[in-house]
Amino acid sequence: MPVYSAEGAPLFSEGSGGSLRLLAYLAIAAALMAVDLRTGLLHQARAAAGAVVAPLQTIATAPLRVAKAAREATVQRAGLVTENADLRKQLLFAQAKLDRLAIVQEQNNRLRELLDARQKLGLKAQLVELIDVDLDPYRHRILINQGSMHGVFVGEAVIDAKGLVGQVLDVEQEHATVILLSDPSHAVPVRVQRTGLRVIAYGSGDPARVELPHVPFSADIKVGDLLVTSGIGGRFPPGLPVAIVYEVQTDNSATFAVAEARPLAGISNAAELLLVSDEALALSPLPAPDSEFVGPPEGLGAGAPVEESP
Amino acid sequence: MSRSRSLTAWLLLSIVLASVLTLIALPEPLRVLRPFWLALIVIYWTIEAPEHYGIGFAFLLGLLQDVLIGTVLGEHAFRLAIISFIVLRFRSRMRFFPMWQQALAVGALLLNDRIVVLLLRAIAGEFAIDWRYWLAPLVGAALWPWIFLLLDDLRSRGRQRDA
Repeated sequence: MPVYSAEGAPLFSEGSGGSLRLLAYLAIAAALMAVDLRTGLLHQARAAAGAVVAPLQTIATAPLRVAKAAREATVQRAGLVTENADLRKQLLFAQAKLDRLAIVQEQNNRLRELLDARQKLGLKAQLVELIDVDLDPYRHRILINQGSMHGVFVGEAVIDAKGLVGQVLDVEQEHATVILLSDPSHAVPVRVQRTGLRVIAYGSGDPARVELPHVPFSADIKVGDLLVTSGIGGRFPPGLPVAIVYEVQTDNSATFAVAEARPLAGISNAAELLLVSDEALALSPLPAPDSEFVGPPEGLGAGAPVEESP
Repeated sequence: MSRSRSLTAWLLLSIVLASVLTLIALPEPLRVLRPFWLALIVIYWTIEAPEHYGIGFAFLLGLLQDVLIGTVLGEHAFRLAIISFIVLRFRSRMRFFPMWQQALAVGALLLNDRIVVLLLRAIAGEFAIDWRYWLAPLVGAALWPWIFLLLDDLRSRGRQRDA
């Protein structure tokens, strides 16, 4: 390496540096990136390598698990009592709401029968936990503890108790990667609940904000409007709450309005999540026997797939 | 023989530690400050033992990191190869820098790496950052003297035990 020896040859072993070597490695890396981005060819290799690094992930989550266990072991009894009381109260409220929903649901079914409408498909839901490892904070991805062997598939919607979190991007055997709806490359078709106006919500790169560019100027959209998934495109089941509009302004060309909305889900701090999908989509991959099936809240006790609420 | 074996042991240990530190969950405000641990490890070993750990070594570690945190395969390999190359180029000088100057150099390397990431991700797709994105290299530079001293100390102890 001529460049290299000019620098001070005796100090270095032959050929451990040098521009040509660098270029060769960069070319390999660039080729790998292109192949990985554009095709699915490296998926198998990645899944295999994922099994190798799994122990490292276990080690990395260990301190947090220990801390959690320690906290649970030493937490004050008084704290537990108040927490328990709070939870009871919440459960009572939720139960009352669900009872009312059940009546509406039943009514809805009857009306559908009267109208001879096609029966709506049920919603499959599956409880998953977040694996507490930190991926790059600028990448808007999270890792969940179930994968292809639990029936998780790419494109499944991910929600928490309050609203949509994102969708499954990549599935490995025992875990899966979720892309958050705040990722700049993520878009979700939504509907303004009040008016039925259909728009698309794009991620902004900020976990507390999604953007709705190109809303027709004449469209009826206001601060405080609730956005729910519209179900168009077939990827997200319709009716999942997504975000609340907090700002509407005109864009630079003054032909469109631009709205900004705050996601309802606790995107960066959720611990337990639900994977939901229409049953038609979920039929193909067979769930493993140990996977836990729960409905949206009313199914928690029943442990069986349930009808989607209207 | 035994000396190089203990060297390998320290190397593996430092890699495992760096990987764990990369993955370990931090409270929200600190997440953006996390330094590029594996780069610090690569810089250390490239300065100390370039005859064993060159660009190829950095490249492989990068692939490991890609699998570990699920980035596009090759991204970290690309970044670490560049870092390793620059360190190899300036190794003879960096080695005899006073510590504060070495830390500055490491900071500059990490800053350069941030720019590389920005380019790579801009090519691959949209990528939004804020000003805090540029803080991590500062943290890396501030940590460098401690990491250097720690690794150096551990390594020389291992050597004494072997002797």
